[in-house]
This record gives sequence, C-alpha cells and structure tokens, in this order.
Amino acid sequence: MQTKQPRRPGELVFTLAMVLGSLFLLWSAYGISGFEAKSAPGAVPMVTTAIMAACGLLILRETLAKSATTGETLARDILPMPVVVTIIAIAAYALALKPLGFLPTSFLFLTGLIGYLSGGSLARAAIQSLLIVALIYLLFRIVFTVLMPPGVVPEAEIIAWVKALFAGKGN
Amino acid sequence: MEAIHALLIPILNLDLLALIAVGTFAGIYVGAIPGLSVTMAVSILISFTFSWEVYPALALMIGIYMGGVYGGSRTAILLNIPGAPAAIATALDGYPMAQKGLAGEAIGIVTVVSFIGGFIGILALAIFAPLLADFAIRFQPRDYFLLGVLGILLVGSLSDGSLVKGIFAGALGVALGSVGMDPLTFTERFTFGTDGLRQGVSFVAVMIGMFGISEGLMQLHTINTPAIKQKIGRIIPSWALVRKHLPLGLQTSTIGTVIGALPGTGGDIAALIAYDHATRVTKNPEVPFGKGAIEGLVAPETANNAAVGGAFIPMLTLGIPGDAVTAILIGALFIHGLNPGPMLMVEQPDMFWFIVSSLTLANFFMLIFGLTGIKAFVKIVEMPRAVLLPVILLLSIVGAYAVSNSLNDVYWMLGFGVFGYFMKLYGYPLGPVILGVILSRLLDDNWRRAIISDQESLWMLLKGTLLSPLSLVLFASVILIFVSKTPLWGMIFRKRAA
Repeated sequence: MQTKQPRRPGELVFTLAMVLGSLFLLWSAYGISGFEAKSAPGAVPMVTTAIMAACGLLILRETLAKSATTGETLARDILPMPVVVTIIAIAAYALALKPLGFLPTSFLFLTGLIGYLSGGSLARAAIQSLLIVALIYLLFRIVFTVLMPPGVVPEAEIIAWVKALFAGKGN
Repeated sequence: MEAIHALLIPILNLDLLALIAVGTFAGIYVGAIPGLSVTMAVSILISFTFSWEVYPALALMIGIYMGGVYGGSRTAILLNIPGAPAAIATALDGYPMAQKGLAGEAIGIVTVVSFIGGFIGILALAIFAPLLADFAIRFQPRDYFLLGVLGILLVGSLSDGSLVKGIFAGALGVALGSVGMDPLTFTERFTFGTDGLRQGVSFVAVMIGMFGISEGLMQLHTINTPAIKQKIGRIIPSWALVRKHLPLGLQTSTIGTVIGALPGTGGDIAALIAYDHATRVTKNPEVPFGKGAIEGLVAPETANNAAVGGAFIPMLTLGIPGDAVTAILIGALFIHGLNPGPMLMVEQPDMFWFIVSSLTLANFFMLIFGLTGIKAFVKIVEMPRAVLLPVILLLSIVGAYAVSNSLNDVYWMLGFGVFGYFMKLYGYPLGPVILGVILSRLLDDNWRRAIISDQESLWMLLKGTLLSPLSLVLFASVILIFVSKTPLWGMIFRKRAA
C-alpha cells in the first residue's frame, strides 16, 4: 500500500538504525536476567525494548511503503549547513570549555555563531556577544550561583580585585 | 489552619513573591518568542535551581509555566506564529483580528479570559486534588502501572506522529529511564560495563537535549523568516465584551481543566478541543470563525490556561504528569527530595497549598503584565533569530553542565539533541520519550509489586484487573486507545456515519 506522504531523505536509514538499535537493546535487556522471573530486574526492560523493536519494524514497513520521490534533498532539508555548523560549534564549545574557560569559550561561540547565522559583520556580532556573555555571567554567578570552569581567565583574582575596588582598597 | 498557613507563604514572603512575578514576566516572553518553549525554559531552569530551596525553585518555575502558556498567544496574534503549541488555535482568529488593526483588542480579551481560565483550573485543583488523593491512596500497584501506560499512550496517540511512533518513543523513554543500577536488586541494566552509565542517564541532559537543542536546531530551518510588524490600539477590553463571552469561557475552562487533568494531555489539545466546541455552540458569531471571531480567542485561551491547574491534579495526587511541563516539574520535585503522589498530600500538604497559592499569584501577575508593556514587548519579539538561537543553545549547554559540573552531561545533551532533531524531522513525538523517562521507575516498581503480589501469575493479575472497577476502567482505556487507532475502528464509525 502506498501512503500519500513521500519518504524524506535519510528516513529509511534512520528507521533502519532504530530497528537495529532496538534489537541490540532487546538483546542487552535479555542479558540482564533472561526469563528468570516476571518480576526480575530485566523484565520491564525486555518488554519495553521488545515493544521498541516491534514498533520499529512496523515503522520500517510504513517507511518502505512510502514513495521515495520527493523534491527534498538531504543537504537542503534534513542537514542544512547552519544545522551542521551549529552541531559542530556545540561540540567545539564542550571541548574548549575546560581548557579555555567559560568566558572566552562563550564569547567565541556566540560571536562565531551569530556572525555566521546573521551573515552580518563579525565586529557587530562580537559586540552583541560581549553584552550577552556579560549578562549571562552576572545572572548565573549572582542569581543562580553556578560555577563554570574559569580556564585561562583569572576569574577569582578579578572578582577579588573588583570587590577590593568597591571597598576602596584597589591599587 | 495548616493549609491557610501554607497558602500565605508565597504571599507574605517578598522573595517568593518577587520570584513568582519575575517567573511570570519571563514566562510571557519565553512563551511568546517563537523558538522558545515553556518546556525548554523549565527544563533548563531545573539545572540552575537544583541547589536552591524547594519553595523558591518551584515559585520561579510555576511563574514561568503560567506566564508561558499565556505568552504563546501574543505571537500567535501579532505574527501568526504560535509561541507555543497551546496557542495554535489562537492564531486562527487572533491573526485575522491583528490584520484588521485589532491586535490590541485581541491581546486584551485574551489576557482577561486567560486569567479567568487559569483561575478556574486552579480552583479545580484546590477542590478536586485532595479528594482524588484520598481516593488514590487505595490504588493498587497494578493501577499505577496501568495509569503510567495510559499516560504514555495518550501522549503518543494525541501527538502529531502516528501511534506506532508515539509508542516507540514512550518505550524508548522507559528504556532510557532504566539505564543504571536497579534500585531493588542492584543489578546493572544497559550499562555495557561503563562506569558513567551506572548512575543512569542524566534526566536533565536528556530533557535539555530533547527540548532545547533539538528545537533550536529545528528553528535553524526558518532562521531567515522576516518578522511581521503590527500596530497596537486599545488593550483593556470593556466589561460588556467580557460578560458577553463569559458563558462560553466557563464552558471551555471546564473542558480545559478536564483535558489538562488527563495524564499526558496538555494545553495544546485542550485549546483545540475547546475551539472545536466553540464552533459548535456559537450559532451566529458576529465575525465568522477563522476571520477574527472573538469566540475563537476566548475558547482556546480559557482552555489552555485552565489546563495548567488541571495538569497539576494527576501530578500531585498520583505522581503522573498532566503534560510535558508537569513531567519536568515532577523531575524537579524528585531532585528536591520530594515524591509526588498521594503520600505527598498526606505527608506534606503544605507543599500542595504552596503550589495552589503560587499558581494563583502567577495568574494575577499574568493579568497585570499581560495588560501592560505590550508596545515594548512587540520590539523584543522582533529580535532576530540569528541572535536568539545561539543564546538559547548557550543557555542549554550551561544548564546541562551546571547539574553536576560534568562535560559528560554536555555530550549526552548534544547526543540527545541531535537524536531528538532527527526524531522530529521524521515525525516521532518527543513528549512520550520524556514521559517514559519520568515514569520508568513508577512503571518498573509497580509492575514488579503487582506481579509479586499475584505470585508471578499473569492470569491472577488479569483476574485481579478485571474484578477491580478502577483497574478495569484503566485497562479498558488502554485497550480503547489501541483499538481507536486500528482500521477496525474507522470501519465501524464510517458505517455508523453512513
């Protein structure tokens, strides 16, 4: 039976991955306690992963029944460049957070991403980023008391210096 | 006396009052700005407030929830872009009103009826939750198990994707929730021998990834959509206009409360059903539906705000979330060492009355902020998405990191974000995943208790289910949802219609 909605690019691969993933999880769930007892620790995981596998197969059947003719392309409609760049930027942020610290990493992340997504000038993006990072930093350090990695920025010393300045002891 | 004391806590404590006000104000903007959702905001907020006391954390989140449900209507009216799914129906008549230069009037009436709807939902919560909790104490483990299954199925069946995809997503959530050490036997489940998985998958990382990152990535598809500008005229509606639509508002508020109270259903479904109800009962609207009918604004907006109070009923009395936001709030209560369910009402009734009072205050703040500052608001929602989206993504990363100062959580968040993005693209609903993660423990524990008490016999469990009126109703509801999605159901009803 052909359904009206066409298959999107990559949908078949994703569905296949879901089916294989579900089967792998079902096998792992079986490894927890097998068919030892209905109240065994592996009972609910086995049932849920079996449901996943069964649903995955039904979805695969539906996906195969869809017509593959669609005007969409993988590069334009599924993984357009802004999405790819953003995913890479997040991964790069996570990698740089510990060594560089929250302030420079966030500034670079925002400047790069705002500059790229808006297609405008990098200087303008840098100014916007500076203001946003300052706001986020103040909000999270003061209101939410969240500690972020200082990295290369001597954050504790700067805060101590600012406090001393307000206390009239700055050099 | 204890209830009155608890009701007064957020009123007499200026810090809490300010947090509710700030939360509601922020919630209106969060709900209004396309690309920001209340679910996303509350899930990010959990990671920042988990070290707080429970009252301030809840005060802020309740404010955001209440403001956010209302805020979605603003952009639905002004830009024809519903800020939240609960405002989809509002756009149908709100935007045509704005096109006629009546955006101010539309926002005014929406604010007032949202307040009325919100108030009725909270009233229902205050009246019915204690009664339901008394009743829920008698629930058997099999009833909780069935209720959990029902919640996941309802979310799966009512979301945009197919039921099969909804069930797949719910089962995936339950499987994710069971990663780590089994709390009863300390057996490892889905850990694959890695230390990092023994503690389980971070619930906050899953949530932020699924709702924050995946939504942010989806928004990148329409990053260059230009904003539409509207003129704002008179805002505060006349009493005559409000009084005229009050009967419809009361009906749709009731609908919203009931729909909101069903496990797994939220303001979006409530609003659509209420809109449909309005089109049936309004015989001769002054303006046709879809062309700017006031009734088309009154119905969805009373219903989606009433659904907020309704959604708290199963959450606080049964430990079953009413919608995605209450699913996340349950997670927040767990993080703060509380256990939502009938015993919460018995052991900590002050928490229940604190929530009722906070919701009421948030509702009042929503009315005040809703009727003021609209011209400034219009400027802010026109903020370019190229600036907004990177900020949301940064907040998501910081939020995931802040829970346990671990970069692993950031990687989990990114993984689930990308996975959620593909799920969305291919029509899998994400709500059941989160609901599954939240309900995993409840399902697992109660299944094992139920089957052990029936001596590991499926036949005895089925017999017990069929002989108990409550279990039978829940079991029949689960079966009904399945049957309603089969071709057989369609054949029966087509024949009847013919």
